[in-house]
Amino acid sequence: MGLKPTYGRVSRYGLVAYASSLDQIGPLTRTVGDAALLLQAIAGHDPLDSTCAEVAVPDYTAGLREGLRGVRIGVPKEYFVAGLDPEVERAVRGAVEKAAELGAELVEVSLPHTPYAVGVYYLTATAEASSNLGRYDGVHYGHRAEGAASIVDLFSQSRREGFGEEVKRRIMLGTYALSAGYYDAYYLRALRVRRLIKQDFDRAFERVDVIAAPTAPTAAFALGAMADDPLEMYLTDIYTISCNLAGLPGISLPCGLTGDGRPVGLQLFSPAFSEERLLGVAGALEGVLGPAGAPPNL
Amino acid sequence: MDTELILGFEIHTELKTASKIFCGCPTVFGAPPNTQVCPVCLGLPGVLPVLNERAVEFALRTALALGCDIPGRATFDRKNYHYPDLPKNYQISQNYHPFGTGGAVEITLRDGTAKRIRINNIHLEEDAGKLLHSEVPGADWSVVDLNRAGVPLIEIVTEPDFRTPEEAQVFMQTMRSILRYIDVSDCKMQEGSLRFEANISVRRRGDTALGPKVEIKNLNSTKTVLRCIEHEFERQTEMLERGERVAQETRLWDEVRGCTVAMRSKEFANDYRYFPDPDLVPVLITAEMRERVAASLPELPAPRRRRFAEEFGLPEYDAAILTVDRAVADYFEEAVRICGKAKPVSNIIMTDVLAHLNDHGLDMEDFPVPARSLAALIGLMEEGVISTKIAKTVLRRMIETGKEPRQIVEEEGLIQISDTPALEAIVDQVIAANAAAAEEYRAGKDKAKGRLVGEIMKASRGKANPALVNELIDRRLRG
Ligand SMILES: [Zn+2]
Repeated sequence: MGLKPTYGRVSRYGLVAYASSLDQIGPLTRTVGDAALLLQAIAGHDPLDSTCAEVAVPDYTAGLREGLRGVRIGVPKEYFVAGLDPEVERAVRGAVEKAAELGAELVEVSLPHTPYAVGVYYLTATAEASSNLGRYDGVHYGHRAEGAASIVDLFSQSRREGFGEEVKRRIMLGTYALSAGYYDAYYLRALRVRRLIKQDFDRAFERVDVIAAPTAPTAAFALGAMADDPLEMYLTDIYTISCNLAGLPGISLPCGLTGDGRPVGLQLFSPAFSEERLLGVAGALEGVLGPAGAPPNL
Repeated sequence: MDTELILGFEIHTELKTASKIFCGCPTVFGAPPNTQVCPVCLGLPGVLPVLNERAVEFALRTALALGCDIPGRATFDRKNYHYPDLPKNYQISQNYHPFGTGGAVEITLRDGTAKRIRINNIHLEEDAGKLLHSEVPGADWSVVDLNRAGVPLIEIVTEPDFRTPEEAQVFMQTMRSILRYIDVSDCKMQEGSLRFEANISVRRRGDTALGPKVEIKNLNSTKTVLRCIEHEFERQTEMLERGERVAQETRLWDEVRGCTVAMRSKEFANDYRYFPDPDLVPVLITAEMRERVAASLPELPAPRRRRFAEEFGLPEYDAAILTVDRAVADYFEEAVRICGKAKPVSNIIMTDVLAHLNDHGLDMEDFPVPARSLAALIGLMEEGVISTKIAKTVLRRMIETGKEPRQIVEEEGLIQISDTPALEAIVDQVIAANAAAAEEYRAGKDKAKGRLVGEIMKASRGKANPALVNELIDRRLRG
């Protein structure tokens, strides 16, 4: 399973920057208990990261045995729409029903700006990446092209040779989004919509404790399967991006397999700096859904 | 063609903080290359900036001293461009919400007229490193020194309010004076801690639209800036006269050839793609913070000059010179507080003290004679113990020996001869030895008296009381 802590919960110092306003270090573990232990070790303020919050670190393992009685679980209607693989929907709804059987209250919620998340994410992330990756130019460290005739050639040849296709694509997208004349229409507008997405969550969390949704619209696909269609691949991020843009904690755990044995993910979100609640609910669900099991033999 | 100069400045000044703006590295000038660096200012992967609060305070001091509006919230932006002296290939600067906007500097021109130069904005940013180019002819490499990378800079951007080189010159002095008063920078142009970039355009007098502006870099002294302005004004005027269009471009000042040359536009045709730096949080500027910084500001040069003229009854000229440098003005005030004689103190500072500093390339802080001792020297003059002329000699000895003036006067027998019989003897001796001059003076030629006075001063080793000498000559020859 994977836990993405609240933005600012874990220091980014030492993390190679991709999209600085979204980057956040989190545990990838076999069990929820392990995720709690690891988060316990890495969370907290760091004077070397100005965006790292000065919020007290609670005991993340304390809530793991609390159960689901009385927990209000929000089910966002925008996450169960056309494009969602029926097998994925069945597994996710099944997991949520089990939570209800254990005493959780299911509440339908709405996150109306969800459809804009992919666009906002790819403008914000690529813009920041285009700047963060500027330092890899062959002058001070890293790959340096041979035989460049001028400094400008050294920059462009080193970067052309050193970066992969997907990275180059994102640098170009981001550079374009920040260009004079486009900044207001793209980057600035993306920042505004990002605030609306955050407000969606704030409103929903007035009524529920956590939100449950599919992690991705499909089950896991094979490595490289979508390399020729980047846009299609970007769209598979649609459900995980919103909590990232809102800076909220999210956790994804396996909730079943498709007919052909591919794993399906269920994710939970909770308000900022409430990882202990998220881990408690995930831990209880893990208990009913069973362990992740061995990776399927593909 | 009757044209007029339109000029604005971008001023970069390095702040004298002990450490860099986003890391703890020291900022000492002249250290061996790449010895004042760390992962943050080297721009290594994975590092993050942490803002130096002292730099913020300096930015606020500057903004307040120049009368800028201070926002409630200032933010940092990334200015993206590729250059080998910029390790991250972006500079952390301020584009959208700088520490100050608006504001103005008042300058006083040589004919006494005042002019307001408007400030567009003041922002805080990090300096870049330095490229050292090979001096081997044909070498195809340069090396990079990153000691300066990350040193805090304030950039002050003026409106295009200058119309003459004189205005530019007075402004540069005034700006340096203000920045030194508020103690944010040592403003050494030779070391690059104060740098001016000029934006120059020329238009036909009477036109209201601004022409394309030419940005000029690499100006490392006041003299260079003035030469460059004059050259660029002529160059653009000639282009207009020939009916050519002036290109909007960046040009470099070539000190050797004494002209500006175009930079290769390929390398510098930049779209900086500013966007808010996600690694830094906004700086919230509270009213309390603003008041605390405002209260820490000293009296600035312009009001101090006016006060010197009024309070001490000094001529405008004296008041202006004494207040250029804060340490000089402080020194003057302390000496006057002790001896109570403003004009004599002003005279000796403006001539002897400033000349000594100038000749030796010293700052006021390095002057070995304390204000108290200078006041004692003025006291001896006022009491008639020594003459003005001897006072200069005594001051020189004070600088050399560090002794107090009275001790020097006594040890070296420099006390003024105001004793009439003693002086009469010298006067008679000189008149006898210079009979021709004495005769001329007696016959009504006033000029001849000067020769006699000179001889008497020489004979008395400068110690004769000049007023008494004049009186005695007249008594002897015209009595
Ligand atoms: Zn450093």
